[in-house]
Amino acid sequence: MSKSHPSATEGWDLIIRPKTGWLDLHLADLWRYRDLIMIFVWRDFVAQYKQTILGPLWHILQPLFTTLIFTVVFGKMAKLPTDGVPPLIFYLAGVTCWSYFADCINRTSVTFISNAAIFGKVYFPRLSVPVSIVISSMIKFAIQLALFLAFLIFYWMQGAQVHPNAASALTPLLLLLMAGLSLGAGIIVSALTTRYRDLQQLVAFGVQLMMYATPVVYPLSMIGGGTFRWLILANPVTPIIETFRYAYLGAGAFSPAYLCYSALFTVVILFIGIVLFNHVERTFMDTV
Amino acid sequence: MSSAPSWTRCNSVNTVIEVDDLWKKYRLGVIGTGTLRHDLERWWHRMRGKPDPYSTVDERTKVDSRKAKGEGPNGGSGGDLGDDEMWALCGVSFEVKQGEILGIIGRNGAGKSTLLKILSRVTSPTKGEVRVKGRIVSLLEVGTGFHPELTGRENIFLNGAILGMSRSETKMKLDEIVTFAGIETYIDTPVKRYSSGMYVRLAFAVAAHLDPEILIVDEVLSVGDAEFQKKCLGKMGEVAHEGRTVLFVSHNLGAVKSLCGRALLIANGLLSLNGPVDKVIEKYLKTENAAQTRWVRNDPLFGSDGILLQEVMILVDSKQASGTIRSDKPFEVMVRARAFRDYRTAEICIRLTNQEGIPVLSTVNCDALDNFEPIERGDHVFVVRFPALLFSSGTYSLLVAALTPGRTLFDSIDGKVRLTIEEVGPQASVTRDGRLGVVNPRLDWRHCRQFEAEADSIPFELTNESRG
Repeated sequence: MSKSHPSATEGWDLIIRPKTGWLDLHLADLWRYRDLIMIFVWRDFVAQYKQTILGPLWHILQPLFTTLIFTVVFGKMAKLPTDGVPPLIFYLAGVTCWSYFADCINRTSVTFISNAAIFGKVYFPRLSVPVSIVISSMIKFAIQLALFLAFLIFYWMQGAQVHPNAASALTPLLLLLMAGLSLGAGIIVSALTTRYRDLQQLVAFGVQLMMYATPVVYPLSMIGGGTFRWLILANPVTPIIETFRYAYLGAGAFSPAYLCYSALFTVVILFIGIVLFNHVERTFMDTV
Repeated sequence: MSSAPSWTRCNSVNTVIEVDDLWKKYRLGVIGTGTLRHDLERWWHRMRGKPDPYSTVDERTKVDSRKAKGEGPNGGSGGDLGDDEMWALCGVSFEVKQGEILGIIGRNGAGKSTLLKILSRVTSPTKGEVRVKGRIVSLLEVGTGFHPELTGRENIFLNGAILGMSRSETKMKLDEIVTFAGIETYIDTPVKRYSSGMYVRLAFAVAAHLDPEILIVDEVLSVGDAEFQKKCLGKMGEVAHEGRTVLFVSHNLGAVKSLCGRALLIANGLLSLNGPVDKVIEKYLKTENAAQTRWVRNDPLFGSDGILLQEVMILVDSKQASGTIRSDKPFEVMVRARAFRDYRTAEICIRLTNQEGIPVLSTVNCDALDNFEPIERGDHVFVVRFPALLFSSGTYSLLVAALTPGRTLFDSIDGKVRLTIEEVGPQASVTRDGRLGVVNPRLDWRHCRQFEAEADSIPFELTNESRG
């Protein structure tokens, strides 16, 4: 009743205006919709396995078969070194981490395209979709981590060359870094794919290639020098996987400074991703 | 009236939505060409001063027509419109009071959906501002986000969360939602096994029970069956009665009329009228239907074989019907057709379909005869008379066809000609909802008092007298 100016904000719960600044990120909105994020997580998990016979067992079969193939191809045939660790557990460590990262990127990068129908009909913070994907993939990661630990205990009891150590307390941090990195990269791609569909093809393919620029099927210690080493060291996923291996197998390069590089990279890419994503979010429906 | 600055009126405490000079620009012709190569090609064509290879002719003419309206938001003459852009909304301003049911009508493509999308925050305006008090839940589509593999119960939670409810709020309303939708037995069945009717009922039930301060409902109820539609309309009335606000978009003018006190008419992106619902509907019918009671073939010289329809027109008192036809007036449909040969077994057929898509009747030119009426080579005029007091109120679309039964369809036009019947007469309504029924003839009733002594007999000669 006391309002006297047309653009006064008091008394109004919501003001819809044309595109606002780049840094207007609506992160508080995301928090208000946290229930939605959790329901998306639950939906992803439940719906994925309805009408399948093996259900979540697929989470175990996937890394297991990949690891077996890697063991045969890279271990037996190509005879790549594994830092003295039994090949199977060495590859399983790499695959467990990498598949989480790759999964998140692949699924978040199609956020806008695969949700166009629902985004066109109802408002909720769009970021809740990729965030929920990253979280629901964590469930899968947990199952695969359990598988990895089971194998680890088996090898350890056999007296193999595995040395789990205190660095394994860093696992949540490693997971968080991978989540942040893949979320950042995924939403950057998803924002750009609204304009350039070509990128969608590039991502699936690019993630596959990137695995070879990450020490998944070989140890970092194997890389000698030159430009190729520089490329692998610049890859922010490298320190994460090396730290993971060091923590559970006792083999690998662990350097706090190098891990900090990864963390910094994550923060930057996540920030760029969120800004870009928010910008696209507002005009997305008019261009798709 | 609508373009007056609205802030002078916004002092009232119970204004819940204030739309202030809203503009929305859409790009045409570039939609869906999202590859880098196309962008480069477009750029290359522009550099050489050639037209964009990816905009279509159809879209260009659309741009021209809307551009012809002439004014941009800055008062210029479309100055800030690019080659492939158009205004979907041009400076729309209005406000909505708490507890009001506001109807929004206009033909397809007028800008209604754009307006709703901006209010629902699905897309953002190009210029202008909307101020809202309270939470908006919008139902632009039924079952948005429903996951086919999940059960009804699971989808209620999912849908509730998508519409902005917390888990506990949804939980509290769960029983009410299930009862309203009438799907108690199937609540734990995946929704992919639901019939489309059950699906719609569940979806509406979720949205209607979320207790939003503002409920936006687009043309979604047209999918349910008539009984459920009534239930939904009742629920919307109830929602408004509780002090909440409803924005209702529909082509079902009857529903708008019975539910809304005030309505907006949107035409070509402009707010054409904002006022009492009767006035707005009247204007809508006048402008929309006049053009629809006649169809003429654009290229009269077209064709060389068969029978071609040339013109279809609806006549009242031997003149082209203008918009609405009173139900107590007879009307005629005139069909002009050209036969290129002699046909012994050809016929002209007319079918009337009501707004629910139900064919109400079909008639052919030889209805009254036992046999076909030969159609000789040359031009013909057919006129059929529809008696007064036959149709219920509503909009009917005409299908006109020239054919030989079971063999050849020479020509047909469908939905190009429409007519709207308006119910008149003093005690026209049988129930609160009007005279329900697909047809609405006045029948011959007789009545007298009956005394106990003659309780077993009927005081009429049933067979003979009723034929008189």
